[in-house]
Amino acid sequence: MSQGLKVRIWRGSGDDGRFVEYEVPRQDSQTVLDVVTHVQRVLDPTLAYRFACRVGMCGSCAMTVNGQARWTCRTHVARVVGAGGLLEIAPLANLPVVKDLATDMSAFFDKWARARGRFQGTQTRRDDFARVSPDTPQRRAANAGIECIGCGVCYGSCDVVQWRPDFLGPAALNRAWTLVNDVRDTERTERLRAVAGDAGCHSCHTQGTCTERCPKGIAPTIAIAGLKRTVARAAVKGEL
Amino acid sequence: MSGAAPPHAVASDPGVREAVAQAKAWYWQRISAMVLAACVVLHLCIMIWAVRGGLSAAEILGRTQGNVLFAAFYAVFVLACAVHVPIGLAAIAREWWRWSPAAAQWFARAVTATLLVLGLRAVWGVYAPGA
Amino acid sequence: MRRNDHRAHGHPSWWAFWLHRVSGLLLALFLPLHFLVLGQALSGPASLEGFLRFTDAPLVKLAEWGLVTLLALHLTGGTRLLLIEFGRASDLRKNWIAVGIGLSVAIGLAFALALLG
Repeated sequence: MSQGLKVRIWRGSGDDGRFVEYEVPRQDSQTVLDVVTHVQRVLDPTLAYRFACRVGMCGSCAMTVNGQARWTCRTHVARVVGAGGLLEIAPLANLPVVKDLATDMSAFFDKWARARGRFQGTQTRRDDFARVSPDTPQRRAANAGIECIGCGVCYGSCDVVQWRPDFLGPAALNRAWTLVNDVRDTERTERLRAVAGDAGCHSCHTQGTCTERCPKGIAPTIAIAGLKRTVARAAVKGEL
Repeated sequence: MSGAAPPHAVASDPGVREAVAQAKAWYWQRISAMVLAACVVLHLCIMIWAVRGGLSAAEILGRTQGNVLFAAFYAVFVLACAVHVPIGLAAIAREWWRWSPAAAQWFARAVTATLLVLGLRAVWGVYAPGA
Repeated sequence: MRRNDHRAHGHPSWWAFWLHRVSGLLLALFLPLHFLVLGQALSGPASLEGFLRFTDAPLVKLAEWGLVTLLALHLTGGTRLLLIEFGRASDLRKNWIAVGIGLSVAIGLAFALALLG
């Protein structure tokens, strides 16, 4: 390919920073992660960024490409490049920037814990396996959301996270929904309390950007809708 | 390691009670939305029919004065609005105008009062037998 | 931290949210005025009639059509939300957005025809 790429990459930490432009040679089957890697290895070794598997399994390489959160290892340059070979790469939104393209994801995972996004059961290894039919509506609802790997793309795409700093966010709420539907779990009431209210599911306005962007095809919007119903029903019945 | 599970929340925790109140607000906004959906469909039909050939006070009042069914329908309509509108506006105030939770709550109450007073006054105004 | 801009918003479900919120806001601003006008009947039909003659102006008719369309948009968008939240939707139901807009346009048109007829 003769035409090069004009790549603007966010450089800085915290709230200070600016876009710096780099010229990157264009190649066939090039991913955005390839571009970032080229910049760091050849042009500017001070560039900070995260990646791990580079084959679309771990979610570490999530960044904002031309304004949309994506996995950079699974984003072909050819699909997103703008006119004149323009590409803009920034860190994920809604998270503090550690340096350049690397964000501090503590808040993301803290909210996961606050939503009680962990399984709590009563069986031990000495008990027999739990028998859970895959065909029940509950198990189907749980299965629709359990593939989440916590990459943060949904969280970085959500306006409500930006508008309400306490909002638990799509990933944490999606995880909570999978556990609410897990018949083996024993923390149902606790969890419903944790995800209720304005910091929880009830602030979701069904914008659906999370569902649009999720690289695993999960629909947190629908999971959150399920939580809204379930929590409201429990609240009205006085079970919370 | 940060992110350890929070301690068990009990129903009497102020945080839990606030969350439950917000859950109920969401629920009432949806219930009032369902009521409004029915009212609005009817209201649109009435309006499209009534507005043909122009609108006059005599025409409107001729239909509504002394009509208990009309009055009851529009009273329910007003009540549903008084529930539905403030909750939506409070969300806008918090999220787009960056008001504090307290300010948004006062705003919601003010809107509720305004809609109830003006709305029920309007219902009475068109129902009450004329001078 | 970085914030999202309009490029993150370019999808139907987000536009449906924005339309629903803005239409609700405009209707909320209109409602007290609507109630005030109708309450004029308390001062006698002449007072209400006076205001209704003011509404004969073409600009006002245009505004009325706009309000009816906003109401229809808010209703159809809201119905989609209720179906997602209380029903068994498995995705964002974008086809319902199109149906909703279509219905709203039709309702607005019906009202406009009634106004002009």
